[in-house]
Amino acid sequence: MLSIKNLKASVDDKEILKGLDLEVKAGEVHAIMGPNGSGKSTLASVLAGKDNYEVTGGQVTFDGKDLMDMSPEDRARAGLFLAFQYPVEIPGVSNINFLKTAMNEVRAYNNLPPIEAKEFLRMMKEKQKLVEFDSALANRSLNEGFSGGEKKRNEIFQLAMLEPKLSILDETDSGLDIDALRIVSRGVNKLRSGKNAFILITHYQRLLEYIVPDYVHVLYNGQIVKSGTKELALELEEKGYDWLKESAPAASFH
Amino acid sequence: MSTDLDILKDVSTEEYKYGFTTDIEMEIAPVGLNEDIVRYISQKKNEPEWMLEYRLKALRHFLKLEMPTWQNFELPPIDFQAISYYAAPKKQVKLNSLDEVDPELLATFEKLGIPLSEQKLLSGVAVDAVFDSVSVATTFKEKLKEVGVIFCSFSDAVREHPELVQKYLGSVVPYTDNIFSALNAAVVSDGSFVYIPKGVRCPMELSTYFRINAQNTGQFERTLIIADEGSYVSYLEGCTAPMRDENQLHAAVVELIAMENAEIKYSTVQNWYPGDKDGKGGIYNFVTKRGICKGDNSKISWTQVETGSSITWKYPSVILKGDNSTGEFYSVALTKNKQIADTGTKMYHIGKNTRSRIISKGISAGEGQNSYRGLVQIGNSAENARNFTQCDSLLIGDQCGAHTFPYIESKNNSSMIEHEATTSKIGEDQIFYLNQRGIDTEKAVALIVNGYAKEVLNQLPMEFAVEAQKLLAISLEGSVG
Ligand SMILES: Nc1ncnc2c1ncn2[C@@H]1O[C@H](COP(=O)(O)OP(=O)(O)OP(=O)(O)O)[C@@H](O)[C@H]1O
Ligand SMILES: [Mg+2]
Repeated sequence: MLSIKNLKASVDDKEILKGLDLEVKAGEVHAIMGPNGSGKSTLASVLAGKDNYEVTGGQVTFDGKDLMDMSPEDRARAGLFLAFQYPVEIPGVSNINFLKTAMNEVRAYNNLPPIEAKEFLRMMKEKQKLVEFDSALANRSLNEGFSGGEKKRNEIFQLAMLEPKLSILDETDSGLDIDALRIVSRGVNKLRSGKNAFILITHYQRLLEYIVPDYVHVLYNGQIVKSGTKELALELEEKGYDWLKESAPAASFH
Repeated sequence: MSTDLDILKDVSTEEYKYGFTTDIEMEIAPVGLNEDIVRYISQKKNEPEWMLEYRLKALRHFLKLEMPTWQNFELPPIDFQAISYYAAPKKQVKLNSLDEVDPELLATFEKLGIPLSEQKLLSGVAVDAVFDSVSVATTFKEKLKEVGVIFCSFSDAVREHPELVQKYLGSVVPYTDNIFSALNAAVVSDGSFVYIPKGVRCPMELSTYFRINAQNTGQFERTLIIADEGSYVSYLEGCTAPMRDENQLHAAVVELIAMENAEIKYSTVQNWYPGDKDGKGGIYNFVTKRGICKGDNSKISWTQVETGSSITWKYPSVILKGDNSTGEFYSVALTKNKQIADTGTKMYHIGKNTRSRIISKGISAGEGQNSYRGLVQIGNSAENARNFTQCDSLLIGDQCGAHTFPYIESKNNSSMIEHEATTSKIGEDQIFYLNQRGIDTEKAVALIVNGYAKEVLNQLPMEFAVEAQKLLAISLEGSVG
């Protein structure tokens, strides 16, 4: 589904991703861990098409298409979803109106007619229940005045509504209380299928107890320096990242 | 790949949708402004002597006045002698049925989304359609008459309801008020007249649609709305003009009178031709709008969505004379390219326990300049007056400007005046967030802007709120990428 080869990207001429490789197949869940500033959010942003990152090398294909050739909105419409580490507030724009607009854009891209009001409402209800998203929140303006945890939960609610092929969750677990973490995880597990895939960016092994990944990768200084199964996460929790420094590219120690 | 900021800077202009002209045989007064022209207009309109006298007094006063200089923009010189002050379609019979209206005119209004033919009337909305200097049709007149509501063109009112017009014309905005009110009084073209009798809740929305078509003319309409004791009316005006290279003047006067326990809700969706992207052409929209809450417990509410005109210069105001009366002003003003808006309101608190509320939302894109100018005046006698002002500016790109000039004059210590102001930009992060959900940048900006303006748009009658939302989105097309 997603194939990243030797991806290099920089911001303001500073190279942040330094030749990154990753393969994600349908039905898989990948976790990406790594120290602060290692480039995890950068990877997510580059995949989603954020403008101020310059891709300087490598290839990324998504469902066989060259992802880097697509506009951010087309990537989203084609089924790539990013749950943001820091979701923004958009005052006055109702969550519902926004979601409906987003949904219809995705549908139009796939040659489907706009969703019918009744069907939309039915889906809202169903998905709200799935992630236990308060309908009072669903009816408010987009993230306006939401608490940190509420914003995160709204991201997952949107994910549930839009049913993307590939979801990237950037530290969705940070800021969630224990119950919320459980609810969100349960929601994600229910959404998992043989047809979609997830990339979980996280600092905490706890999330991976709830959503069990097929693979765990360590992103360090702009590269994936180690990959393994969920046991790797436990090892990281115990030992930290220092022991992996040897496998990092030499350039980083200049 | 360009950044979002570059995209925001990259200003171009979307074609103005209403820029077509109607080819119809017109009767046009020779250019120039003098007593003969005023007599000519008055005679064309078959006016009684008193109206001619009123016009002539106003003209004599106008000729003594000079242009003001306090505005926050460079006012290009206007040659008042180079304008024609009367233009009307030639085929003009007194119409008893709408289907007698010149098909060309019906087609014009149809194209503007204002169906006037009997079969297609907008249900629940009565329309007065003004084409250049004359009203061409007023719908639902008879139906309104059944409940005693008078809704007709201003010219008809002068002839058919002289006692009401004489009593109220100039009572809120005298011709001596300012140079444009003097000009308007001298050359009034047409406009709407509304009278709601005691205790009547007007059963439908009333609206006037103004269209400038002829070249080298201006529009000088007069609107007079009187809501008698305990009555209610909601009125809406809309306007468009063809795309022309020269600037055209629109100098209207609107007077509202609310008696005891009466309420007038006045909404404007202003979409005059704004000029091209280099600032060539467009309407000068210099309008004086004022209402008086004459009786106790009365209420006047102005809502305006201003997207058109090359220069908009107006301050819909309320004189709060009756005790416990309320004045409201809700405004969205959008300027792009080289458009200028200097707009706001004045709230004069005279009665006890009077309330005013001002919500102004400026949106500037391209090289647009947007000024909020407001006055809250609390008189000696206005015990316990309250004002709340919220004045927000939204900037799109970094070549536009937003300015606020809030003036407060209070002569009564018991008054409470609150003022809040914010300036914000549309964030790249907001746009990216929406992009990431499949919404392109243009739609994203429209969504953000409509969210920002929501408090004002919510004040509009339902049918028009949707239109206004679309209009904001269309007006911003091409301003972003
Ligand atoms: N716009 C930017 N301008 C300058 N530097 C940037 C920019 N965006 C990211 N960086 C830098 O790139 C590096 C990687 O940042 P990134 O946000 O991808 O880290 P992360 O792995 O997500 O960290 P965290 O775990 O703290 O979320 C950091 O050193 C950061 O300061
Ligand atoms: Mg991060």
